[in-house]
Amino acid sequence: MKGLLEIENLTVAIGDKPLLTGVTLTVAPGEIHVVFGPNGTGKSSLIKAIMGLPPYQVTSGDVRFEGESILNLAIDERARLGIGLAFQQPPAVRDVSLAALGKALGIDKDKLHDEATQLGMRGHINRGLNDGFSGGEQKRSELLQLLLQQPKLLLLDEPESGVDVDSLKLLTAVIERLFQRDLPIRERTVGGIIVTHTGSVLKHLHATRGYVLVNGRIMCSGAPLDIFDQISENGFGNCLAEARIKEKIHDFLKG
Amino acid sequence: MTSSKDKLDLRKVGYDETGNTPRSASFLLEDDTARVAASKERELVMDSMRKARVDYPWVKDLEWSLVNPDTDEFTRHVADHDDPAGNFIHVLEGAKIRFPAQSCFLLKAERNEQVLHNIIVLEPDSELHLITGCTAASYSNAGKHIAVTEIFVRKGATLTYTMVHDWAPEVEVRPRTGIVVEQGGTYLSNYIALTRVKHIDTNPLATVKSGGTARFNSILYAKEGSFFDVGGRIRLLGEGARGEIVSRVVATKSSVISRGLIEGGNADTKGHMECNGIMLDDQAMIHAIPELKATYPDTELSHEAAVGKIAGEQLNYLMARGLSEEMARSLIIRGFLNVKIDGLPASLQKVIDTMIEQAMTKEAI
Ligand SMILES: Nc1ncnc2c1ncn2[C@@H]1O[C@H](COP(=O)(O)OP(=O)(O)OP(=O)(O)O)[C@@H](O)[C@H]1O
Ligand SMILES: [Mg+2]
Repeated sequence: MKGLLEIENLTVAIGDKPLLTGVTLTVAPGEIHVVFGPNGTGKSSLIKAIMGLPPYQVTSGDVRFEGESILNLAIDERARLGIGLAFQQPPAVRDVSLAALGKALGIDKDKLHDEATQLGMRGHINRGLNDGFSGGEQKRSELLQLLLQQPKLLLLDEPESGVDVDSLKLLTAVIERLFQRDLPIRERTVGGIIVTHTGSVLKHLHATRGYVLVNGRIMCSGAPLDIFDQISENGFGNCLAEARIKEKIHDFLKG
Repeated sequence: MTSSKDKLDLRKVGYDETGNTPRSASFLLEDDTARVAASKERELVMDSMRKARVDYPWVKDLEWSLVNPDTDEFTRHVADHDDPAGNFIHVLEGAKIRFPAQSCFLLKAERNEQVLHNIIVLEPDSELHLITGCTAASYSNAGKHIAVTEIFVRKGATLTYTMVHDWAPEVEVRPRTGIVVEQGGTYLSNYIALTRVKHIDTNPLATVKSGGTARFNSILYAKEGSFFDVGGRIRLLGEGARGEIVSRVVATKSSVISRGLIEGGNADTKGHMECNGIMLDDQAMIHAIPELKATYPDTELSHEAAVGKIAGEQLNYLMARGLSEEMARSLIIRGFLNVKIDGLPASLQKVIDTMIEQAMTKEAI
């Protein structure tokens, strides 16, 4: 089956500082891929590079969406193709409310109100986006926007970090909905990547594959929950060791 | 007579001649002739100054009591005039006028000079919402509007004063305004200018006595070739007086000086100022000058000011939701200008909202 998202040998840099090296990953419709990794290792950079956000420059490799390279597309063109991003740290946009954004996107007002109410965000829709939102509210607002956007490819950057137990249940349910977990496997068209440190969203999602990203490279791929258990027990130590060996090989080959 | 073309011009500044929008009183001045001066309320006098000087001789004592005729050449110019035209508004004691009153100054003849002196008096415990529109007829380009306005908000009275300027590219505008807010009174001014003008400078001064409040909001969209030097000054001279100045400026190929001064001069006075500006291109200039002056120790004054272009991070965020860059930009500007003003009747807020909407759609950003 053609991939929904194909990342091929992707190298990303800011100026002359490399952030990602040789990342290859394919997401088919219905699949969820999970990226773990230490802080500052390039997880968000990968997500944002797929969305086309600055200052992340793709220096080699390709990113294809439904078979076509999207590297030359602007951010909004990628969004309109069906790529949706939940930001780890969304910026405050004081002068634009969820209601105003919804209107500009042509989203039905009742739908916005219903979804906002379900997420406990009814009181926030006329406030500046993320302006003074608590950490948990930001996470809800990100998922709420994706619910309205209905993307085919979801890029969720730590959608559950810093939320309380009850909110976690709520957010997990929303993520399941976004990934069409109510449909039989064969009918699912939505796929995506989730970046997480806690793994707590993974329990009921049956994610396809997990990876550990270390220093901008993918290491230790495997079943997501196995990887999570391994990290929980041993930290990133094993993967770091593997990363160092790979780096040495890479340097050796480069001469 | 006022032609149908003029009527269109008037509606842009919130003046409704059709009677569709409820208004308590109307005043319309064309160049220096009063065309309409009518009130539906017994407790609200809406008249021309020329008539008021005859009918109510005490009005003459109020003239020049808040604005010094020697302030500058423009106040001098008005003072040298024998019998300047203008608008007289008087709300009697305790009268709470339900529907907004409207006045409009129309500059019609080409190269005309409009020299005005206005007096507004709200007697104790009265209330009025006033919307004043100043505009040039669409076929006239050049002209001068020089206006002295003195506003008396007596004890416990409340005036919301919404002023809309919609001039033409060659018009020069010099309002000189003085306000006194007496004990426990409230003066709330909203100034809106969203179209091209050659030159506007105005810096009204409000003196606030004990327990009184003065607030200046201004919303400016300075378009190509415009020069604005606008601000507000609030002197908190009475105990417990409050002052607030909020200004939002968007500038493209134009220059804006945005001034604000709050003086805390008595016990328990509080003042806050917010000057924000968005620069749309490299041919714009915004000079924000927020000033705080304390002349008494027990005062609390603060200000925040931010001027710059729209943050790329915010544009990118909205684009990641599927908005084009242009749509994202205009959504941010719209929201920036669209400050919801406390205490303003919904019908006047709607006038402002519509104007911002029009200013945005007319202009491809
Ligand atoms: N815009 C930027 N400018 C400069 N450096 C950046 C920028 N974005 C990311 N970096 C750097 O790139 C590295 C990877 O950052 P990234 O945000 O991708 O990490 P992460 O894996 O998502 O970490 P975390 O788990 O803390 O969210 C970090 O060292 C970070 O400081
Ligand atoms: Mg991150």
